[in-house]
Amino acid sequence: MALLFPEVTMLIERCRLPAHCNGSKGKVAESVFYLLQLVISGLAVGSLYALVALGFVLIYKATDILNFAQGEAMMVGAFVCYVLIGSGIPFLWAVVIAAGLAMVFGLITERLVLRPMIGEPQFAVVMVTIGLSIFLRSISGIIFGHDNKVFPSPFSHVAINFKGLVLSHTHLWAMVVSGLMVLLFFVFFKYSRIGLSMRGVANDQDTAMLMGISVKRVFALTWGLSFAIACIAGVFLANVMVLNIGISLVAIKAFPAVILGGLESIPGAIIGGLVIGLLETIVGGYLDQILPGVKDLTAFVVLFLVLMVRPYGLFGEEEIERV
Amino acid sequence: MRSKTFRESYREDVRIFQTAWVKIWLAVFVIALVTLPMWGDPYLVYMTNISGIAIVAALGLNILTGLTGQISLGHAAFVAIGAYTSAILSTRLGLPFWLTIPAAGLLAAFFGILLGFPCLRLKGLYLAMATMSFGVVVEYLVTHLESVTMGVRGISVPAPSMFGYTLSDPAKLFYLIIFIVALLTIAAKNLTRTRVGRAFVAIRDRDVAAEVIGVNLTKYKVTAFAISSFYGGVAGALYSYSTGYLHPENFTLLLSVEYIAMIIVGGLGSILGSVFGAIFLTVVPDIIKGIADFLGRWLPFLLAQYDEEWNIAAFGLLIMLFLIVEPTGLNGIWIRIKTSFKNWPFTY
Repeated sequence: MALLFPEVTMLIERCRLPAHCNGSKGKVAESVFYLLQLVISGLAVGSLYALVALGFVLIYKATDILNFAQGEAMMVGAFVCYVLIGSGIPFLWAVVIAAGLAMVFGLITERLVLRPMIGEPQFAVVMVTIGLSIFLRSISGIIFGHDNKVFPSPFSHVAINFKGLVLSHTHLWAMVVSGLMVLLFFVFFKYSRIGLSMRGVANDQDTAMLMGISVKRVFALTWGLSFAIACIAGVFLANVMVLNIGISLVAIKAFPAVILGGLESIPGAIIGGLVIGLLETIVGGYLDQILPGVKDLTAFVVLFLVLMVRPYGLFGEEEIERV
Repeated sequence: MRSKTFRESYREDVRIFQTAWVKIWLAVFVIALVTLPMWGDPYLVYMTNISGIAIVAALGLNILTGLTGQISLGHAAFVAIGAYTSAILSTRLGLPFWLTIPAAGLLAAFFGILLGFPCLRLKGLYLAMATMSFGVVVEYLVTHLESVTMGVRGISVPAPSMFGYTLSDPAKLFYLIIFIVALLTIAAKNLTRTRVGRAFVAIRDRDVAAEVIGVNLTKYKVTAFAISSFYGGVAGALYSYSTGYLHPENFTLLLSVEYIAMIIVGGLGSILGSVFGAIFLTVVPDIIKGIADFLGRWLPFLLAQYDEEWNIAAFGLLIMLFLIVEPTGLNGIWIRIKTSFKNWPFTY
């Protein structure tokens, strides 16, 4: 069997620490150091996933829909911000204006694409969002082109060096902003009136309407907010990686984070994102030489396992189906 | 001309060809199809081949998603498994196509059963996620198991041959493809009126109630996965023979979404709908090219801008439009036209 798959043989033989850890004296310290570096990078990547996952959870919490077009919203937001910066607007203002435009775009999308689908089965709505994602991705490709653009980053390129552990400024800011956003939305959903009405609409649309909550307004607001968050997440991603259409594919990587944390839980989004980021980076750090590209696979294997064992995630509520 | 429908026995109700006219038109269609290479130009034959492969895959997906209600975003994985199986069997072991195509289907069905068991408890969104992750895992394996699948270098597949007679050009491959498509379509159509098909529909409508009345959910859900992936595997095998070169980047999530689009546009749960949807989405790129050419005469800049991307944009737009405006798909439109003729001069 191993002869048929040389990759398996290589895995068994070469599963050891990476090459730069030489010398038996400092080996333990080196390996711990390497692990710590992986943990820091993992948390940084994880906070980006958490930011993306937040957008998903926001829409799911209010409308019971998983928005497959979230990645494309991120990409469009990043492109718009890029164009705004390119025309001379300072960075912070560009982000604010782009987020505002993204909110308007979210409102328009909700009105045109999702309002007609109110009341349709969940499968149909998910497929509409998939269609929307394909459409947005190709339209962006037509308008903005396929070449990689370098996003003018306002963060300094000097990495923070803490006793040898490296972290870039961008990642640090991403973690701070993710944390802030999560806190903000947690408080919003728990204590504010609008947040409460959103949760009510997600729970039962008809009852919410009976109680006087305008379901249409809640949907519109949700989509607008979610696209605005997606824009901010997209800007961070464009800072971290190169700006091109590939940004939208990061959202697909964030699905495992969302499901792991639980589709309706905001703390779950951040914890899921961090866990997936950590797992991905650690697995990538140790196994990437043997099985190249296994990083991308890890998230989906985790997703599959989570779905088998506990589909509602760590913090999600179990859906009781009444027959 | 008959008006309304009066069926007097159960056998009549279940009959596939309801009237004599259906049989006559079907015979005309079959004669036209069989003689297509003689009166059609090579491009039409090629497009028919591609549509045939899409029909087989769409049928499989419709059995799983439309009939049984199990959303699957991983159908491209089974097509990939089938394609690579037939490619490897024919290049490494030199097996003829009448062995490799069923083998491809059976291996894909095996993987379908493997996927079906863990997915028994999942529904809706979670099932879509699970099948999507399966698709990603298969895509990764196909790209990286270089010893078996030759990864990104791709496998070059020779033309299918049987007892020395090689089907080297599209016209000859055409007959193989339409034979298989006809066989599988009849099988699928018949499936809907057997006990298994009725069990599938029961699972789609209310699976808990189905279990209560005695439909064994495990057995029938796994069967649905198996049948659906068999179709996908056969489609993959035909695809490998038709294009002659396999590359992992053809079997991504986009392909799965394409198949879902075909069954949505065609009509969920209907066999004729899968055929319509598959043919429609296969010819849409040509239609768009034609429109771009036509408009390009007046607006030349439009023609200069046109490229492949427009097809994908149109594709996404079509999915959205059909779901918003016409959820029952092309088949729904067809049935409405038919019933309006059937009920004339009454309106309903």
